[in-house]
Amino acid sequence: MLEVKDLVVAYGRVQAVKGISFSVEEGQIVSLLGTNGAGKTTTLRTISGLIKPVSGEVWLDGERLDGTPAHAIVTRGIAHSPEGRKLFPRMSVEDNLLLGAFTRRDHAGIKQDLDRVYALFPVLGERRQQPSGLFSGGEQQMLAMGRAMMSRPRLLMLDEPSMGLSPIMTQTIMRTIAELRASGTTVLLVEQNAQAALTLSDKGYVLEVGRIMFTDTGEALLRDDRVRRTYLGLDL
Amino acid sequence: MDLFAQQLVNGLSLGALYALIAVGYTVVYGIVQLINFAHGEVFMVGAFGAYTTWILMGSPSHLSPGFAFGVVMPAMLLGGVVAAVGTALLMERFAYRPLRGAPRLAPLISAIGLSIALQEAVRLFYGRIPGFPDSRRAIPFPVIDGFTGRSWQVAGVTIQYSTAFTLIALLVCTTLLWWFVNRTRMGRAMQATSQDPDTSRLMGINVDRAIATAFAVGAALAAVAGMAHGLRYNNIDFQMGFMAGMKAFTAAVLGGIGNVNGAVVGGLVLGVVEAMATTYIPGQFGSSAWKDVWAFALLILVLVFRPQGLLGAKAVDRA
Repeated sequence: MLEVKDLVVAYGRVQAVKGISFSVEEGQIVSLLGTNGAGKTTTLRTISGLIKPVSGEVWLDGERLDGTPAHAIVTRGIAHSPEGRKLFPRMSVEDNLLLGAFTRRDHAGIKQDLDRVYALFPVLGERRQQPSGLFSGGEQQMLAMGRAMMSRPRLLMLDEPSMGLSPIMTQTIMRTIAELRASGTTVLLVEQNAQAALTLSDKGYVLEVGRIMFTDTGEALLRDDRVRRTYLGLDL
Repeated sequence: MDLFAQQLVNGLSLGALYALIAVGYTVVYGIVQLINFAHGEVFMVGAFGAYTTWILMGSPSHLSPGFAFGVVMPAMLLGGVVAAVGTALLMERFAYRPLRGAPRLAPLISAIGLSIALQEAVRLFYGRIPGFPDSRRAIPFPVIDGFTGRSWQVAGVTIQYSTAFTLIALLVCTTLLWWFVNRTRMGRAMQATSQDPDTSRLMGINVDRAIATAFAVGAALAAVAGMAHGLRYNNIDFQMGFMAGMKAFTAAVLGGIGNVNGAVVGGLVLGVVEAMATTYIPGQFGSSAWKDVWAFALLILVLVFRPQGLLGAKAVDRA
């Protein structure tokens, strides 16, 4: 479904992504792993059109995506929940969710999806009129995910959804990601929490300073010594 | 008491004029954190647009009230709005958008350059168009029969028709603006963009269009002010945007820059302060020559003691 080919992205003269290629198949959960500065966030921001690549291509279902402005990429079926959640703090929960559906005009469908988000995260439904700036990290993450779902994406990109969350909240978020996949959404996941991400993932790519070092299925990577040492913090 | 009431009315009408312009500063600042110092010239272009429309209609005079209020004035207003909005959109597209990632100082200098360029363009070229008056000096604004020079007497207070026009225009414009920002798709896009442009793009919002819309909305209100100015002072000139722009900017800061309600309150307060200062401050300091001094003294006081403005949020993230 998503195909990234030889992607190079630079900030000024510094290359953050140095020619990576990977793919995400329909219905999969695919993880990008790596330490800070590996280029994971930059990759997501390039796919969603916030950054223009120096070279390389991004394809979605056989259509070329790079060069398309970010606001038009949403209508192609990609939603991106950015690092740090980036809610609209002065707006209510419901207004945040409605902005997620900004590109849609089917009011009945939007209403239906609002109810779906509230069913998935009841705490959001209870606080729908409150400004999102007052929420805890976990609640903000639920809202960020809910907002991304509101565009009815075929591909959902989540950047560090577990960042700053308690283990229990992390579990809730991961369970939700699994549910989203089960309901037909493809997920591209960027995570520091490799254990949690790989447990869910069909496939993982390990990035280091802008390059893909290796790739395998989620299960295989969980057993891989290099991954265990570097990302799971296990002494071997 | 009559004098006080009269000066209050005068001050409010002057303040309404400032407020209409101030909204443009504040809406643009709210969305791109840019002080558009050429906004005063957008107001001037709005006034010239209204005047030009009148000339293009064949300089109609000796009008029946129905024709004057139903056709001529709406047409002039529309002409002014088209001219001002067009100017603001071109400005945004070619002078500000290319500088969006640049350091703060670059668009500011661009704004000052634009301001001079627009004044000079009107001064040098407007009068060269066949059938148009010499624009190097003040041009008399059209006399609207049944409007110009007319007034009501209410309890010993004189209320000019132009005063009523300005106050009603402010009321109508701010109501429409409130509706637009809070009840339309583009309004929500503008609000989102002002909070976080990058995330707004991820929502599918065309941020360039939202920013251009903010410029257009501000320009439309400035054009209404330009028309009100012409009706109030009976003439317009290429420099009229400078002092009006400075005063409106003061009003926007006074109310809390970025806050639309603040711009309205700031404008009205500034207008009333000016009117009262010329009446109640004794001696030469109360002469009209000093009114600008009092207006800007008020700005300095606010900047020192309440930098966030009368209605501005507390600046918690100030460095």
